Amino acid sequence: MSDAADDALEEVLPAWSLTADQAAKLRDPAWPSRFTREWAWGGSTGKGVRVAIVDSGVEPDHPLVGAVQQAVTIGDPDTVEVLPDTEGDLCGHGTACAGIVRSIAPDCEIVSVRVLGAGYTGSGPVLMAGLEWAVDEKFDLINMSLSTTKRQFSEFLHELADDAYFNNTMIVASAHNMPVESYPWRFSSVLSVGSHDQQGPLTFFYNPDPPVEFFAPGLDLDVPWIGGSTLRCSGNSFATPHMTGICALILSKHPELTPFQLKSVLHGTATNVEEAAP
Amino acid sequence: MMVAVAAGVLSAGEAHRALLNSVAETARAIFGAKAASIFLYDERTDELVFEAVAGSGADTLIGRRLPSSAGIAGWVLVTRQPLVIEDVRADPRFAQDVAKDTGYVPKGIMAVPLLHQERSLGVLEVLDRPANAAFTLAEMDLLGLFANQAAIALDLTQRSRRASEALEGGDPAYAAVAHVARRLDEMGADSAAVRRLLEALADVLGSSDGDAESAAERPVRRRRRH
Repeated sequence: MSDAADDALEEVLPAWSLTADQAAKLRDPAWPSRFTREWAWGGSTGKGVRVAIVDSGVEPDHPLVGAVQQAVTIGDPDTVEVLPDTEGDLCGHGTACAGIVRSIAPDCEIVSVRVLGAGYTGSGPVLMAGLEWAVDEKFDLINMSLSTTKRQFSEFLHELADDAYFNNTMIVASAHNMPVESYPWRFSSVLSVGSHDQQGPLTFFYNPDPPVEFFAPGLDLDVPWIGGSTLRCSGNSFATPHMTGICALILSKHPELTPFQLKSVLHGTATNVEEAAP
Repeated sequence: MMVAVAAGVLSAGEAHRALLNSVAETARAIFGAKAASIFLYDERTDELVFEAVAGSGADTLIGRRLPSSAGIAGWVLVTRQPLVIEDVRADPRFAQDVAKDTGYVPKGIMAVPLLHQERSLGVLEVLDRPANAAFTLAEMDLLGLFANQAAIALDLTQRSRRASEALEGGDPAYAAVAHVARRLDEMGADSAAVRRLLEALADVLGSSDGDAESAAERPVRRRRRH
């Protein structure tokens, strides 16, 4: 087959197989055999990376968060229409998450997707609609410091998480430290995060015993809260945006990375893996 | 038989309340806290209700209701994530709301959702641990384990309450079932007619489709862009 025909076929056929010729084209000279933190995010500020915070909203112009590039919410829980949001943050949780991301990746874009707040208690459809919007908008990163326990949503969430993964969107989700099934953090297509109790925003550990994949700082953190304030908090909710921030640094420097590659870089630069390297 | 069932259900309600109180007391003791509370989420009114309180507020708070989206408890309920805050007074809006509703403003709060199977039943809060005690991850895990026990107690309480409502005739559907049970009881559980009736009923119920969740209730991914 001619090269032209080969190329034409490549455009039409999905990548279900790989010939030797195609394999030869897949060499990636920029991809090192071992990652260092310097290679992964040295000099990066998160610039150009779009991060969606699916949460309680983000307070506009909080001194520790800065500009929020866009804010949307889900209107009526029955119609689940995506609308511009002017409420800011009704609780503080979303502001805390956005602030932690910005503390690590100060130049990333932050978009607030408010799925929690008055009248939204336990509203799975609102959470689904917010996440679906963020996935369809193809954000680079989606921070989800929350989960649902409703099994009827798990199939839909699984499909959304896979769509995100194949569209180069990494969903970063808080794990549960309770013996309960919840979603989406348990899906392997998302990046799940638990807490460790050490200092340093860039100290994170790969967990060789999943389902929790990474541990990030989650204890005694001073985080931004509503009213321009800060609050000292603990919880996996706050470990999660640490990983989102680190991902933003990496993707800003290496925008071509797929979620699989991003996870590989995180594994290679994790505190426990890096320290164990010969 | 029916009288015995009624007595059992009613006394179970008391036992479950004692169980919840015991869980709150134990949580307070384990964490050396000033108070511990268990909230039940009332789906019908979309409110959180104080079900059990150990320590400060034990006399006044039981039965008090808060909007489900209020404060730290509401937050934990909807995110399904445990949360520890060292000084909630730094959040003036929160402190005002809580003071108005309960008359007691804690400094530190550990809150954990009470999850049972698919449902978020309520929230367990541990208030004001000793100021000099650093919070540890082990405590967070302990709180999570403990919450599981509290969730089971809360689930039992809810079931018991529903059974009581049935006996007291609060809901027409439950009342009908209670009426049938009472009539069967009067006819004598050992009579052949009652046994045949119960067997026939079991047959009918056993042959129906047990899948309560219809496909229409499951969300459908509307569009896909690869």
